[in-house]
Amino acid sequence: MDIPVEYGVPPTRLTRVRVSNMVERVREAENAIVAQMESQGYGEDDVFAIKLAMEEALVNAIRHGNSNDATKFVTLQYYVGADRIIVSIADEGPGFRPEDVPDPTLDENLEKPHGRGLMLMRAYMTDVRFNERGNEIWMMRLIEPAGGPSAGERDASVAGE
Amino acid sequence: METPSSHLKVRRSDNVTIVSFVDRKILEELAIQEIGEEINRLVESEPGVRLLLDFSGVDHLSSAALGMLITVNNRVKEQNGLLRLANINKQIFEVFKITRLNKLFSIHATADDALADL
Repeated sequence: MDIPVEYGVPPTRLTRVRVSNMVERVREAENAIVAQMESQGYGEDDVFAIKLAMEEALVNAIRHGNSNDATKFVTLQYYVGADRIIVSIADEGPGFRPEDVPDPTLDENLEKPHGRGLMLMRAYMTDVRFNERGNEIWMMRLIEPAGGPSAGERDASVAGE
Repeated sequence: METPSSHLKVRRSDNVTIVSFVDRKILEELAIQEIGEEINRLVESEPGVRLLLDFSGVDHLSSAALGMLITVNNRVKEQNGLLRLANINKQIFEVFKITRLNKLFSIHATADDALADL
């Protein structure tokens, strides 16, 4: 899938990296994105948000999508701009249906140990979407001006969409 | 008394087991599994355990780490014990709020506050 038009960045501006399905390899790619953010002066809240969202997406790709198979690959595409960070992660798995993931914040799910990754990505990113097959995620964080809503408040507004 | 281990520092104070974390990031699947097993062994060895998890120095954790904490919480309840969390930094506390886990866990600002509640 191509970068969503709404993200406002042409595909030619994306950096694309294809790495083996191993935590260390994927972590190197993740570190490169964080280093670029830090060199562009992003603050710790933005770095925390991107690290957390990427961590959840990468674990999903390596473990669930590619079933921990080191012969498979993960493809990252990213863009670190002045007011937005875009990350896409694709695996070679069969995909999943995000709408089938139960809401982990419901009282009856609060004591279940799994199922929080997707909601955390949605909370910390301005937009999260998947391709039809469900093996490729696109997410964007728009940078709030100082005093903007916190991640929790933003989550509340996104949840109503 | 401190028991050295790969991921945890464990000490006792007034019949409370205080666990703190060596790693600043609790992210890796294997490490999370080992941490969970280590804490659950402490819980299972002491019915009615009073356990304080001190997150001083921890600045990143993942949903898998949250899952491990939930499993620990369930195990503590089975043992009729008490679990308290303390010294969670601002950004990680936000993660607990977003996931509503601040309702499930008893979270205190400082270890002393948590000890007073155990």
